[in-house]
Amino acid sequence: MRPDDAVILVTGGSRGIGAACARALADDGWAVALTYRTSPDGAAQTVRDIEASGGRATAIELDVTDAGGIAGAVEAAGTTLGGPVLGLVNNAGVRADDLAVSIDDDAWDVVLDTNLTGAFRLTRQALRGMVRARFGRVVNVASVVGPRANAGQANYAAAKSGLIGFTRTAATEVARRGVTINAVAPGFINTDMTAGILQNGAIDAIPARRAGEPEEVAACVRFLASDGAGYVTGTTLFVDGGLSA
Amino acid sequence: MSTTVTSERVEQVVYKALESFGADPAEFSREATFEQLDVDSLDLAELSQIAEEEFGVPLKGEDVKGIRTVGDAIDLIVSRA
Repeated sequence: MRPDDAVILVTGGSRGIGAACARALADDGWAVALTYRTSPDGAAQTVRDIEASGGRATAIELDVTDAGGIAGAVEAAGTTLGGPVLGLVNNAGVRADDLAVSIDDDAWDVVLDTNLTGAFRLTRQALRGMVRARFGRVVNVASVVGPRANAGQANYAAAKSGLIGFTRTAATEVARRGVTINAVAPGFINTDMTAGILQNGAIDAIPARRAGEPEEVAACVRFLASDGAGYVTGTTLFVDGGLSA
Repeated sequence: MSTTVTSERVEQVVYKALESFGADPAEFSREATFEQLDVDSLDLAELSQIAEEEFGVPLKGEDVKGIRTVGDAIDLIVSRA
């Protein structure tokens, strides 16, 4: 069972899917530490929203590609909110789209470092406390891109496929300690990150004939982080309006 | 730090950790192998973490890979402390 004072860390929590996750998790009783890199105002707004609803939250500046900042961020989350960090949502992500033939090393590295390596480092750090506590919830925000092709996003697809593979294997390593690790794979979701790509007939390819909302992804993350999902681990929950069905 | 870490103290901490992993205290001895105690790699990773917290000894995966018995673990921690 999740202790009453448990803290969950949500990376990239200042906007979009991350902010929606932060709000949904706070609503479910987690104390939420959300990290931001470029949007302190968005992070502060998310914290205010949560507090206005009676929840507890704090914002922490973190670039997930800064290996040296990871341990401090996890520690700060627990210290500031006064509880053990027993939840982690690896949501921070970037895109640097181009055809594989044209992706330069920087565009490759930043996408892999942020979307995959950052998630690994945070998970490695957070698992220490979770394994000791015999309880933990890690949810990785992957993507339908990876399991499915999407021309122009080979770097992103590689990172997100890697994240799903990491999720499956890491989950099997810690399952007997009451720690679950799962992924969600959003399809087209209305956020800043997808602005401009939901054109050219993209919607017509989605069986639901619409883009998803961040709150619809957050509802799935909330479930995977809940006590009720204790026997669900190593899986990827697609939140894509049927795109990958 | 090295002067305060005795073999007895390390043994105490290691036995307590092993018990928390579900190993049977009746089988504890320096000669007992982790295989006999049903202590696996995740348990050893956690033991490393406990050693680091208790004695300030950072143990890496490759350090722990070479140890086979409870005594090996105790000696390794004492030697690094």
